[in-house]
Amino acid sequence: MAPSPSPSGRRNGSGAVPPRCEGRGLPSHAMKYLLRRVLFYLVAFWATITLNFFLPRLMPGNPAEALMSKFGGRLNPLALHAIAIAFGLNVHESLWTQYGQYLVQVMHGNLGTSLTFYPASVFSVIAAALPWTLGLVGLSTVISFALGIGIGALSAWRHGGRFDTFMSTFFTFTYAFPYFWIALTFLYVVGFLWGALPLSGAYTTGLIPGLSWSFVLNVLRHGILPAFTIVFTSLGYWAVNMRNTMITTLSEDYVVMAEAKGLTLRQILIGYAGRNAILPNITGFAMSLGFIVAGAILTEIVFSYPGIGYLLFQAVQQEDYPLIQGILLIVAFAVLAANFVADLMYSLLDPRVTIGESQ
Amino acid sequence: MIDAPSASVSSRPRRVGQWLLVVRPLLRNAKARTGVAIFLFFGLVALLAPILSPYNPHLTIFAPGASPSAAHWLGTTQSGQDILSQMIWGTRQPLEIALGAGLLTTLIAVGIGISAGLFGGVYDEILMLITNIFLILPGLVVVIVISSYLSSANNLMISLVITVTSWPWGARVLRAQTLNLKSKDFVKAAIVAGEMRFRLAFFEVLPNMTSLVASNFFFTCLYAVVTAASLQFLGLGNINTVSWGSILYWANNSQALMIGAWWWFVPPGLAIGLLGAAFALINFGIDELTNPRLRREAK
Repeated sequence: MAPSPSPSGRRNGSGAVPPRCEGRGLPSHAMKYLLRRVLFYLVAFWATITLNFFLPRLMPGNPAEALMSKFGGRLNPLALHAIAIAFGLNVHESLWTQYGQYLVQVMHGNLGTSLTFYPASVFSVIAAALPWTLGLVGLSTVISFALGIGIGALSAWRHGGRFDTFMSTFFTFTYAFPYFWIALTFLYVVGFLWGALPLSGAYTTGLIPGLSWSFVLNVLRHGILPAFTIVFTSLGYWAVNMRNTMITTLSEDYVVMAEAKGLTLRQILIGYAGRNAILPNITGFAMSLGFIVAGAILTEIVFSYPGIGYLLFQAVQQEDYPLIQGILLIVAFAVLAANFVADLMYSLLDPRVTIGESQ
Repeated sequence: MIDAPSASVSSRPRRVGQWLLVVRPLLRNAKARTGVAIFLFFGLVALLAPILSPYNPHLTIFAPGASPSAAHWLGTTQSGQDILSQMIWGTRQPLEIALGAGLLTTLIAVGIGISAGLFGGVYDEILMLITNIFLILPGLVVVIVISSYLSSANNLMISLVITVTSWPWGARVLRAQTLNLKSKDFVKAAIVAGEMRFRLAFFEVLPNMTSLVASNFFFTCLYAVVTAASLQFLGLGNINTVSWGSILYWANNSQALMIGAWWWFVPPGLAIGLLGAAFALINFGIDELTNPRLRREAK
């Protein structure tokens, strides 16, 4: 199961690697594999849209009915009609007609009108929140991944040692503690007691967003605490995974061989064991890029950070169902896209997966 | 990780004492022992809540916002409730949801995983397609969205919502192990001997993945504890019931930290973390048991 180095196959492209398609970069079995994956993601996306359509209809008591009576006097008829379609209040049409209408709407990128931010469209509200989440969570994820891989590799090298025991115990607890509680504790100690960093938001209210030096600095200062929380709580996942794959890899013959040759710890850790142990973690990393959009909901809520997570929270509190539906779709789309990238990366890094799949 | 305990794969497992076979070595593992001890502690507190709790957790007759004292070990809330009593009664909900979601998830994962692996063909293809779709849906978002559609949720409903997002992981792992076992001689022999599918699933395959099933169960419990607390904290469960998550909800809503009421905010967080860690520790113990390479090297 553990990846073994195949210098002949991977380095110079001869021997173990199957024949390539003429004039193509990827071997034919890899193309077949990727085609299968694309098909899967299309089906998965369709399933998500369908789920999104049927979920509110399956719930006891249609939530949209309360909504209509709440907003009835305040919205224009067109927006009301859109909600009626989205939530099945249009009793004159059959469920399947409604479903068809909904599919057509989504395909045109029409996710409806937000009730909280009326008259802004759901699409524009999400588009405004997305960059904040991508910046904050994206950066924290990269930092967390790099740190976690390093710590995991070191723990594995001296496994059972003092560093390993401390880290394992530490991560057991950071893993089990609720994110939001850790976030609140940091907020209280660093932001409130010490007053060292701002308590909420992405920048000081009143500042005009722009590319000025002072604004960028302001954004960075606001980002430190939430980013630290995300790194702190997600570090353990990478470290523990890397540690476990690394321990398995370290007992392989070729690592023993490297030790026997008298290579330095650095060379063995990075050039021999690390290269192979990191493979499954890279897929994990690519997959987690999809969860970036949704991954820090609670952190964003605690710090009132204006990203997708906080937006979802606002939508839930205001019972803004069109916005909730829109966010679920966008998040699912991001996850599917990232998973596809993960598949692509893995088939390039480890050609064996594509062979296994096509047989 | 995919390998079953080697002792039971090669030969037909003994049915009597099967559980002892799993439980005894588990208790010899220090991590698992700590986890079991913490879990039993909270279990006892939940069972004995009526005896242990000094006051009725809903009573609002005490001095509001008082710091810890002899009369109120953990102080009182802004509306004058005794926090220790709330903590003790609040043990029940996380435990019920964790065990409920763990059980439901494991049942579904076992059912889908084993049947897909055993029957194969189109049945397997369809089930795995559904599993993979559910697997990549972002769990917390789906849980929050479903809960927002429910006006108020009881423990069973919260367990169900959590189950919707937690079953696919186990189903996939258990299917892989079923396929692995299917190629083993004793299962092949049973198929040739014409054993019924039901018997095959429950007497040949299932007993050989006890550790995977248990690991799946405890992992789900951990996930459920944290998720249920998050839901309560967001006000999406039922904030009028007493639970660790709802204590945090009210503490946060009353700006407990900003007025310095750490006694209102710290205990529920610690309790959630400890219970979660208990499940994680048991799981690590099982992992070390079944994957000898992860075991600490003897010194």
